[in-house]
Amino acid sequence: MSILIDKDTKVIVQGITGATGLFHTQQTLQYGTQIVAGVTPKKGGTEIEGVPVFNTVSGAVNATGATGSVIYVPPGLAADAIFEAVDAELDVVICITEGIPVIDMLKVKRYMEGKKTRLIGPNCPGVITPEECKIGIMPGYIHRKGHVGVVSRSGTLTYEAVDQLTSAGIGQSTAVGIGGDPVNGTDFIDALQLFNEDDDTKAVVMIGEIGGTAEEEAAEWVKANMDKPVVGFVGGATAPPGKRMGHAGAIISGGKGTAEEKKKTMEASGISVAETPAIIGETLIESLKKNNLYEACLTHEPKA
Amino acid sequence: MNIHEYQSKDLLRAYGVAVPTGYKAFSVEEAVEKARSLSTDVRVVKAQIHAGGRGNAGGVKIAKNEDEVRTYAEEILGKTLVTHQTGPEGQEVQRLLIEEGCDIDKEYYIGLVLDRSTSRIVLMGSEEGGTEIEQVAEETPEKIFREYIDPAIGLQGYQARRLAFNMNIPNDSLGQAVKFMNGLYTVFMEKDCSVAEINPLVSTKDGDVLALDAKLNFDDNALYRQKDIQELRDLDEEDPKEIEASKYDLSYIALDGNIGCMVNGAGLAMSTMDIIKHNGGEPANFLDVGGGADAEKVTAAFKIILEDEHVQGIYVNIFGGIMKCDVIAEGVVTATKEVGLTMPLVVRLEGTNVDEGKKILKESGLNITAADTMADGAEKIVDLVK
Repeated sequence: MSILIDKDTKVIVQGITGATGLFHTQQTLQYGTQIVAGVTPKKGGTEIEGVPVFNTVSGAVNATGATGSVIYVPPGLAADAIFEAVDAELDVVICITEGIPVIDMLKVKRYMEGKKTRLIGPNCPGVITPEECKIGIMPGYIHRKGHVGVVSRSGTLTYEAVDQLTSAGIGQSTAVGIGGDPVNGTDFIDALQLFNEDDDTKAVVMIGEIGGTAEEEAAEWVKANMDKPVVGFVGGATAPPGKRMGHAGAIISGGKGTAEEKKKTMEASGISVAETPAIIGETLIESLKKNNLYEACLTHEPKA
Repeated sequence: MNIHEYQSKDLLRAYGVAVPTGYKAFSVEEAVEKARSLSTDVRVVKAQIHAGGRGNAGGVKIAKNEDEVRTYAEEILGKTLVTHQTGPEGQEVQRLLIEEGCDIDKEYYIGLVLDRSTSRIVLMGSEEGGTEIEQVAEETPEKIFREYIDPAIGLQGYQARRLAFNMNIPNDSLGQAVKFMNGLYTVFMEKDCSVAEINPLVSTKDGDVLALDAKLNFDDNALYRQKDIQELRDLDEEDPKEIEASKYDLSYIALDGNIGCMVNGAGLAMSTMDIIKHNGGEPANFLDVGGGADAEKVTAAFKIILEDEHVQGIYVNIFGGIMKCDVIAEGVVTATKEVGLTMPLVVRLEGTNVDEGKKILKESGLNITAADTMADGAEKIVDLVK
């Protein structure tokens, strides 16, 4: 078991003929993901890396029975790509694209209300269920199949956390990057809820960063609903207020959204928060041991 | 992106949002000349810098006649204003706004901003205008009213009216207030604003409603489709190193420490700063080289870091996903040779093509300290710059 994607997920790549789309299509095919189609307008009928290319998402879905898509199109075209994927009634759409205007995302989010599709991202590394299905740009080799869920607002910091888990012998059920934008499709609470309902996930690592109040809201949700241990980290403790730290969402404004405030709320909700990014793995292991879950989560030999 | 008050007001005026008549001036003579063309005897001389808190720093003066306009213009132009938003070094005033004075009856607050929890634009209003709205929010939150706007239908008339009633705007001014809010919302959506703040919004003794101050910020991600807004950028208001970085699509922010950082990904970059500090060091900057870095970008990043004379060592922390470690390693080697780097350099590489990357660093013959983990690298660089 896992969340969102597994070995049966059939994936369409929107923007498959662009440089980024093509490179990561090759990588994900090597990983074993079922890429069944690509979509690039006017390139329909061609083939790339053995994958048939279609002009439209609905055309690709009709021909292949795909259930998910990944989006690598440029920011100005990304909202349109998401609309098209939602309109084709896919189960899950993962948008990697960075730099989509906020107002476009507001409209996307509004359009998706009441629709069946779940959007992950944008501005995210994607989702991976190790050894089954990788959709996105994360380096596959650092992951191992296992029982700890990972959810994060940041891309490379997710790799850092996963790498620490794998080095410590702890495999992952699914790792989800929800993205660093202020308006995104799936938030911490959505992902935590899915992990809570997944029998194979025993514990969750949640990685936040400064800006907004998503971590605080997730902490409240954890306190009220979560049956599994959650370990956290918040990046940006040393960031000065009023400066946007790369991610569109990472800014301390009006005294809100500081790392300190987030850590406090998370700890008050029973989440063990790692003091530094280097001990996310250690903090998880401590928590697993305390909850008698360490043996159950140890999936392979730890790195010496 | 930020723009000046006079630019915000020009934009608002174009959308039918009421603002006082006024003109920009770059010299004292120009200020006096512009003042003559205004229809009121009382004029306001306002320093144009991006930072807030100008009034308290002496950057806003009421001139009762032409002579006073000249005196205040002479006083403010070229002056370095230090406000709570400029930092201790302050910001030099190079532009003025000369505006008609008005007979204020009451001051209100109006603002449009994204509410992340609901993914809606929220229109906020309060009759406690003129002061710091954060302070009002903290001390008397019940005095701030909010209308959440559905992007499918936009701001509705009943919402604008309800907000105006909640703000206790007099009935005689209701029509003008609603028109004002509609115009402001239209600017926000059509111009891809991230913040639109009118503080204060004033009602005058004549029953007019207009924006006495105006602050518009724009979504950087949307500037590609807002060419006219791009042209309003004032580079004098920005850090030269940040301008240089943006040319190479690097995200750079100067800080006060002595350890230069080069990292891929915003979250990892922030966390790298955190762990340096945790080990007793002080980061000199935030620098995210982004997804598609190549040798040219890495070289540019090195040069920008080294322009900061406080830097005594550099920590490169890369976890490759999109980015391949061998490309980064080549970039680091090229850059190190090109700039003739003499200070300590610690490099931590992990991710796609990591073995090739490590090999390139090792075979370069350069004095590069390799680190196995993020923590290891942070300890090493802090040690080396001590």
